[in-house]
Amino acid sequence: MKDLANRALNLAQVKGASYGDIRIIRKQDQMVAVKNGEVAGLVQDEELGFGVRVIVNGAWGFASSSLVTPAEIDRVTALAVQIARASALVKTKDVQLGPAMSHRATYRTAVETDPFSVSLEDKLALLMAADAEMRRVPGVRVARGSMECIREAQTFASTEGSYIEQEIIETGAGIEALAVGEGEVQKRSYPNSFGRHQATRGYELVRELDLPGHAGRIAEQAVALLTAPQCPSAVTTLILDGTQLGLQVHESCGHPIELDRVFGSEASYAGTSFLTPDKLGNFRYGSEVVNITADATIPGGLGSFGYDDEGVPAQRTPIIDHGLFVGYLTSRETAAELGQVSNGTMRADGWNRIPIIRMTNINLEPGNWEFDDLIADTDEGIYMETNKSWSIDDKRLNFQFGTEIAWGIKDGKLGQMYKNATYTGITPEFWGACDAVCGSKHWKLWGTANCGKGQPGQTAHVGHGTAPARFRHVRTGIVR
Amino acid sequence: MRGENEIRAILEGVLARSKADQAEVLYLGKDSHLTRFANSTIHQNVSESNAEVRVRAVLGKRVGVASTNDLSPAGLDKVAEAAVTVARFQPEQPDFESLPAPLPIQTVQGYSEATAAYTPEDRAKGVGIICRRAQEAKLSASGAFTTEVTELAVANSLGVRAYHPATEAHLVTVVMSENSSGYGESQAWDVSSFNIEELGDNAVKRAIISKNPTTIEPGRYTVILEEYAVAEIVHYLSYMGFGALAVQEGQSFLTGKLGQVIGDPRITIVDDGSNPLGLPRPFDYEGMPKQRVEIILAGIARAVVYDSYTARKEGKTSTGHALPSPNAMGPYAMNLFMTPGSDDKRAMIRSIDRGLWVTRFHYVNPLDRRKAILTGMTRDGTFKIENGEITDPVKNLRFTQSMLEALNQVEKVGRTAKLVDGARVPALVVRDFNFTGVTEF
Repeated sequence: MKDLANRALNLAQVKGASYGDIRIIRKQDQMVAVKNGEVAGLVQDEELGFGVRVIVNGAWGFASSSLVTPAEIDRVTALAVQIARASALVKTKDVQLGPAMSHRATYRTAVETDPFSVSLEDKLALLMAADAEMRRVPGVRVARGSMECIREAQTFASTEGSYIEQEIIETGAGIEALAVGEGEVQKRSYPNSFGRHQATRGYELVRELDLPGHAGRIAEQAVALLTAPQCPSAVTTLILDGTQLGLQVHESCGHPIELDRVFGSEASYAGTSFLTPDKLGNFRYGSEVVNITADATIPGGLGSFGYDDEGVPAQRTPIIDHGLFVGYLTSRETAAELGQVSNGTMRADGWNRIPIIRMTNINLEPGNWEFDDLIADTDEGIYMETNKSWSIDDKRLNFQFGTEIAWGIKDGKLGQMYKNATYTGITPEFWGACDAVCGSKHWKLWGTANCGKGQPGQTAHVGHGTAPARFRHVRTGIVR
Repeated sequence: MRGENEIRAILEGVLARSKADQAEVLYLGKDSHLTRFANSTIHQNVSESNAEVRVRAVLGKRVGVASTNDLSPAGLDKVAEAAVTVARFQPEQPDFESLPAPLPIQTVQGYSEATAAYTPEDRAKGVGIICRRAQEAKLSASGAFTTEVTELAVANSLGVRAYHPATEAHLVTVVMSENSSGYGESQAWDVSSFNIEELGDNAVKRAIISKNPTTIEPGRYTVILEEYAVAEIVHYLSYMGFGALAVQEGQSFLTGKLGQVIGDPRITIVDDGSNPLGLPRPFDYEGMPKQRVEIILAGIARAVVYDSYTARKEGKTSTGHALPSPNAMGPYAMNLFMTPGSDDKRAMIRSIDRGLWVTRFHYVNPLDRRKAILTGMTRDGTFKIENGEITDPVKNLRFTQSMLEALNQVEKVGRTAKLVDGARVPALVVRDFNFTGVTEF
């Protein structure tokens, strides 16, 4: 790999690049899915490829190919340079990367059990056991389960002297039960929606999840939801479970702190951000109990790694400090515009994509509350669990979420189950109304493996550490 | 671009290697180039060359899939073997009977030499036109200009042989001021059909007239939905319910409604993979010919789309809408056409006493698939209409609306249609469209 990397970097410089980097990636992906007692999918994917990124005449060019040969390295490097020269035809200023950066390192996800070492029979048997438990419940129409294992080996090299080898391993699993009634469908998922919960961990994660042990409960809840009343329309106190809160953090904090978004790079697609640079250090994003960090160093997080795709070391960065907005997610180029140094969040969705700023693990730090005490302390409100739908405007202010299930809270006790629960709000008002966050005992690091951004589209795997939290004066029950 | 002969040799080679009872090989090749701009500067400019072979191996009623982009002889050996190995691990699938047998496939033109030959300099020139127009108006332009060549080929051991080269060009821009934005989008398989100056001018004009928006109370309004917004609705209708699997599982809004009136008689939606006014694809990922399917005809739900698996469950034949196997979604309609009506946009506006003009939507998501309820935001130009005239720009609103209700509340259907994200649709006037919130810009 080293020879191929050097070949690309040398050629890029010979052709006029002031900076260049190359990533060579081999990726294995194994996906197992079952549905209603049958194997719905069993796929093994393998891919190899490389991408060359250059700056020529102060502008970016990137080209990539799945054919990893010396001749193709030459062709693609030359194409990247040609593309950068074309970019320079429409520019208002030159790209500045800030201080040069050189690291020679290796990093590998620490796992107890390599997920690829576990037999397909064992994986299928576990999913089938959970599937059978769900279908044991009368009224369940569709039972699904899935498991995914990923191994991505990447070599990164730059003209500044970096040479970094990383191997990231991911494992994920989940189940869901669907019940169909008269003109409606209700769904319950475990441990999270979007098919599964995923982490940079080994097969030990799957064992810990105990899918068969939770299958009966979610199946019964899916059926019970069919006859549950609609979530009431009200302005009330809302308590969110950790999984839904993870997506709330993702959409209303994680995306607006991406500095490339703030500077307009995503304006025509995903949008921009209300967190403009004038707000850094002086904008009250939330209440005193709201502390949010970006932490790519935390073991097991789906957004954990050793170095980002610009070769910057993984870091832990404060984002919201006791409600005050104090930090962005940055790249070398965007950080330089603020007179800062990158905090290492540039990641690409494979060899054929250019790195862009992505969330790492964006965590709501734990508070002090016990969950039972939080419920007991709430006279009236709604507790919502597990995301079902999500939508937010293109500056990340007006959001609306739906959850799979909810329960009313009356006089400090959980009571009536509700279906079709929704809530809506404006980001700083919502976080400003947060008055309690549960403690470390209830804090879990959730994985979101479907974060979309960029053109061409890129899907990032990111993490969110959360514990249940309470929000006052929230509008619920939008759909009647 | 490899070309038909080289790809056919790859596919035949994999079939010859496979030790499965039946085997299917799917080839997905792409040379894609994208120039992205923001703040009137090209900030990302990328190229990708990739080709993937996906093998489906059948051993009796066991099915396994493996894929690779290593197309060397060793790589093809490995993927053929991996698919068989995966199949061996499977329990039997009682519902699986066979890969599909070949059917005649018509040739469809969807390839443009002009698009294939488009260079980074050509894209930069196009982007430059839009950026200059924006800068002259003291506005900022962003967007993306894509040109790509794709090759799709399928072969199976029952004799299916299908190959289709295609091109696509797609240009999107958002032109912005401090507190407004305007949108423009063009999509075609032939880039030479683009009028970039006009696209840029329209986005600039829209950004200018949407400056300094005021807040309007949420509620039910008659809306004129531009083609961009209508296309988003049509895509979500397809996602939520035009496929047979969603109906069979009881998740589709069309479950139990086939043959019934579900919308205004002016609403007709068909899927047609051979219509050159879209992005034609003559066959699906199983190599089955795409049939023209009338999904909603004159307001009546008529049919959904099938792949070979869902068709066999109902004793039908595939309509040619399979996605790559395996997939949880089932068959998918992706060449959608909504039939234009008879109204021009000026007349559509004049017909509205009190309402809103909606350019496009943002971050739409389903809330209830059986009722086809969607939520999302307006974006890039929302205006008040009073007494048949566009008056003021308004801040963006959130809608929460059953699209089945909306299809019944259609008042006017535009007489021209536009290709947006693969769907060719007209503008619509819809009464009582439900807005449930507002945002701050």
